[in-house]
Amino acid sequence: MRPPYLRAIDPHWWAKPPYLAYTLREATGIAIVAYALVLLIGVICLALGENAYEGWLGFLASRWSLALHAMILIAMVFHVWTWFAIMPKTMPRLIIGGYYVEPRLITAAGIMVAALTSLLLLLIALMISQ
Amino acid sequence: MIAAEWAAKRRVTVEVLRYRPEQDADPSLQAYDIPYTEGMSVLQALQHIKDHIDGTLSFRWSCRMAICGSCGMMIGGKPQLACQTILRAGEDRPLRIEPLKHFAIERDLVVTMSGFISKLESIFPFIIPKTSRATTEGEYLQTPAQLARFENFSDCINCMLCYAACPQFGENPDFLGPGVFALLQRYNGDSRDGGRERRMELVHSKDGAWSCTAVGYCSDVCPKHVDPANAVNQNKTNSAVDFFFRFLPRRRSPEREA
Repeated sequence: MRPPYLRAIDPHWWAKPPYLAYTLREATGIAIVAYALVLLIGVICLALGENAYEGWLGFLASRWSLALHAMILIAMVFHVWTWFAIMPKTMPRLIIGGYYVEPRLITAAGIMVAALTSLLLLLIALMISQ
Repeated sequence: MIAAEWAAKRRVTVEVLRYRPEQDADPSLQAYDIPYTEGMSVLQALQHIKDHIDGTLSFRWSCRMAICGSCGMMIGGKPQLACQTILRAGEDRPLRIEPLKHFAIERDLVVTMSGFISKLESIFPFIIPKTSRATTEGEYLQTPAQLARFENFSDCINCMLCYAACPQFGENPDFLGPGVFALLQRYNGDSRDGGRERRMELVHSKDGAWSCTAVGYCSDVCPKHVDPANAVNQNKTNSAVDFFFRFLPRRRSPEREA
């Protein structure tokens, strides 16, 4: 008699549904690293002097930079969405007034706070620039 | 109109992954053509095969109403309970029924459960009273809010669908896994329980909470809405808190003094 049969795990499970959504969610972290790098390079340029900083500002205004930032923005919005979607799973059960708070309420509240604070930040940035 | 044609024919084909250790070197698919009735479950289809077509087909089942947790299998590639999954006619391809993924096959749709059972035993799956009371002192009281902290975790029926959904368990069979974590949290989260310290050793271990990458599919497939992903992930926080707080002097608990 043969022993129990062990099937091999598909090495590409992460590239297929239902795991693809998870893989994309994790991959958006790379876009955030890319944005952090752009900012870091800006700080380094600022330290190097006026010429370097003007060069960095010039890069920001370029078509390549705008395309990159548009891509990062899309990835960021997706990241925020999925981050708050998984948030109720990563915290202890929220109990208010003796009742368990539904996960989708936590997700909705998180997304709303993220949207409002982003809007506020945008308004402050516009006020400073004028 | 394909659905209507199928219904008129009243037959449906299912493919079952078969493995008979005494004769098969590898599992292989076997198709069965069975009479179809509206609303029949996949379990009923398997029972028809066993009773009328092929008595050698092996599968586990018991209650037929999604509470015993015996008939978990891959149905159309998704971990589901056979009794709870309604067979549909008029599909382009025959429905594929396979044993639960990530587990060794004993025979046909029957998988090895021993690994899961020993993990279940390892987490002290019972209440270890914080302060023991004599029967004369009355019940251990609990408020509805205290109950709400763990109640859903006590709904686990040990069907192991979440294990078939978990790619990290597939990669590392020693990972405690979603279901066992749900039960661990069921006791750790109970206000009457004082056994947290004993259970946390497993949470901190290599095969504990940190083996989870928060895929979350385990909670999607859970037939009892236990949300095992939540049980694992809130224990990452607990594990991290324990890591930092171990530098602080500990308050002596009544259990340790006893």
